[in-house]
Amino acid sequence: MSFLDYAPAPESQALLHLRPEYGLFIDGEFVAGRGEPFQTINPATEKQLAMIAHADAADVDTAVAAARRAFERRWSTLSGSDRGKYLFRIARLVQERARELAVAETLDNGKPITESRDVDIPLVAAWFFYYAGWADKLDHAGLGVNPAARGVAAQVIPWNFPLLMLAWKIAPALAAGNTVVLKPAETTSLTALLFAEILQQAELPAGVVNIVTGGRETGQALVGHSGINLVAFTGSTGAGRAIARAVAGTDKKIILELGGKAANIVFDDAPIDQAIEGIVNGIFFNQGHVCCAGSRLLVQESIHDEVVDRLKQRLSTLRLGDPLDKNTDIGAINSADQLKRITELSAIGEDEGAERWSPDCDLPESGFWFRPTIFTNVSTSHRIARDEVFGPVLSVLTFRTPEEAIAKANNTPYGLSAGIWSDKGSRVLAVADRLRAGVIWANTFNRFDPASPFGGYKESGYGREGGRHGLAAYLQPAGSAAVAAARHAVAVDADHAVKPSAARKKATK
Amino acid sequence: MTRLAVPKTYKLYIGGKFPRSESGRVYAVATPGGDFLANAAQASRKDARDAVVAARSAFAGWSRATPYNRGQVLYRIAELLEGRRAQFVEEIVQSEGVSASAAGRQVDEAVDRWVWYAGWADKYAQVAGNANPVSGPYFNISVPEPTGVVAIIAPQSGGSLLGLVSAVAPALVSGNTVVVVADETRPLSAITLGEVLATSDVPGGVVNILTGSPAEMAPWLASHADVNAIDLLGAGDLDWVHLEIDAAETLTRVLQPESGADAAAPSLARILAFTETKTVWHTKGLL
Repeated sequence: MSFLDYAPAPESQALLHLRPEYGLFIDGEFVAGRGEPFQTINPATEKQLAMIAHADAADVDTAVAAARRAFERRWSTLSGSDRGKYLFRIARLVQERARELAVAETLDNGKPITESRDVDIPLVAAWFFYYAGWADKLDHAGLGVNPAARGVAAQVIPWNFPLLMLAWKIAPALAAGNTVVLKPAETTSLTALLFAEILQQAELPAGVVNIVTGGRETGQALVGHSGINLVAFTGSTGAGRAIARAVAGTDKKIILELGGKAANIVFDDAPIDQAIEGIVNGIFFNQGHVCCAGSRLLVQESIHDEVVDRLKQRLSTLRLGDPLDKNTDIGAINSADQLKRITELSAIGEDEGAERWSPDCDLPESGFWFRPTIFTNVSTSHRIARDEVFGPVLSVLTFRTPEEAIAKANNTPYGLSAGIWSDKGSRVLAVADRLRAGVIWANTFNRFDPASPFGGYKESGYGREGGRHGLAAYLQPAGSAAVAAARHAVAVDADHAVKPSAARKKATK
Repeated sequence: MTRLAVPKTYKLYIGGKFPRSESGRVYAVATPGGDFLANAAQASRKDARDAVVAARSAFAGWSRATPYNRGQVLYRIAELLEGRRAQFVEEIVQSEGVSASAAGRQVDEAVDRWVWYAGWADKYAQVAGNANPVSGPYFNISVPEPTGVVAIIAPQSGGSLLGLVSAVAPALVSGNTVVVVADETRPLSAITLGEVLATSDVPGGVVNILTGSPAEMAPWLASHADVNAIDLLGAGDLDWVHLEIDAAETLTRVLQPESGADAAAPSLARILAFTETKTVWHTKGLL
């Protein structure tokens, strides 16, 4: 036993009482789905955790109708302060049940308990707490006085931060006065359903939040539904494109948080200890299942060898294994499908001539695992430098001048995030100005906060989540609701004319 | 003895130059009564692509000009437009068939619109951005930045000059560069505006003006991978739903068609529609 070996320190599962099966959460109640139930498994063991109901198009109809009723009869008639109080209640309930939620998240997603316990769940509570306070201050959201809610929001979230993404979506939507139909990712529905229990404990009016579980076609039925007013989606750029096409020609507001291929730029004067930690956090946090992950390391040529050596040393100390173990750094890959994609892209990296390195560590026998991997000798044309891997795979490229670093960083259709490491403030600010990305982390990486807007340029999507900007997305200026309602009435009369009237009006989108 | 007039050749405005269409095509522009006024260049998809290239090349310089400088350049457009008021009034009277006083009001309003938007250049970021009070030792600020190259289908009815200005000016405020398809049947004031832009301090390529068929050019602009946003303001009579579907392929930002008296009314929302919010975090050290 070397000094790096620790005795197992698993988090207790005793406070988590999963039901064998979960229904859909519609109109305040758990109900059976009309589709075939599916199992959700622990990706670290491949063992079933629970059976999840499958919503078909009719179930989605029911959920949207419940959300519409709740919007018109209840939620839109409440005062902002009362809406805020419900959100404060939810924030407190999340804090009270934080450990239980963290254990459930780790079991269902595969992420280390330290991440779900110390990052995901605390941020969930923070998100509800932050937006709770906005609910009675909407006049200050930047849209003039008395801005209106948009109506029913359709929200589809990914599997990488299941409950956190739910919070990013639901908290601002409810604060702004919308009601919600949310679809969790197929492989990670569990914490959304525990969250539904929290909503019951908070006595949130029935129908204000509805959760429909299922696969891709459930999500398609939801975002394509004629009864919704807004689509908020986090996921792949391919799926985001399909949504943008599906809602083209309608007045549905869209918020898309899509893929990324972030550059993490390390200059030769960077504080090297912090930079190494930041690079590791940037790409190996959450097994690299992060849309804003720093997957392209751009390191100044003069310090390339030193940085790579230090990275290899650091990766050799990372502990891969049981996600419930409090000493684990790298958990399980979320699904067999994702593992296959990471494996394939990494093989392509080798085929294209990049040099592959991983620390020598044992992989558990069952479950989905991938060793943290570094590719050096990567050129900008390599697939691993262009495609989003969404796994613990880092591509290392070099540069000589700041201009070259900026050009390489921006040489991607994505534009979600970027990192800059340098001790020179003037250089950091100048480079930050030139990077075409929505979130820039300077001498840090992968920081999230409910007060801080998050979202991308270019093909990383549009709209912002977090902060005042994230709130504004769920609102419209006073008066535009009446215009939209009148237009909706006309559209219904016209029996869903294929081509909307040329006389439609829309100021912003 | 009357003097024989010297009529103007109306061409495209791309990259700060006035080329004819590479296709060699022109189309006749007439008064509402059907009298011939001029031959306008009928821009092709190649012209539209050239215009996008010009707009992309101009983006770095224009977007990195100081806001104070951009504001002055936009104000300078107002000054020169005012100075050529009589020419615009004449062209508007001829091509729109309105009275001289109505044409004068339109030109005045167009001038005022440049002035109004010019004043936003060094202010909109203060209104739309903010410091973010995050929970940790970080400096954190969000600021709006220009989206990039914006394609615009100018209004095809109403005031031909005012409609075009109402769409182009807000896109320029934050530093976007523009490719605009003018009013098809009444393009004269658009090209004359190009002459104003060419003699003001607007760098070549920042605004590119195409005349011809919006129906022909819009699909190429909507699906162009180097167009970051498209304003379908005047595309209401086109199959604009398909244009929006084309734009989705590269997540191009879309503004939908507007019509009516207050279409493209001056607003901060029009400026912000073509901006991206950038949030910068920086660690604060321990003292």
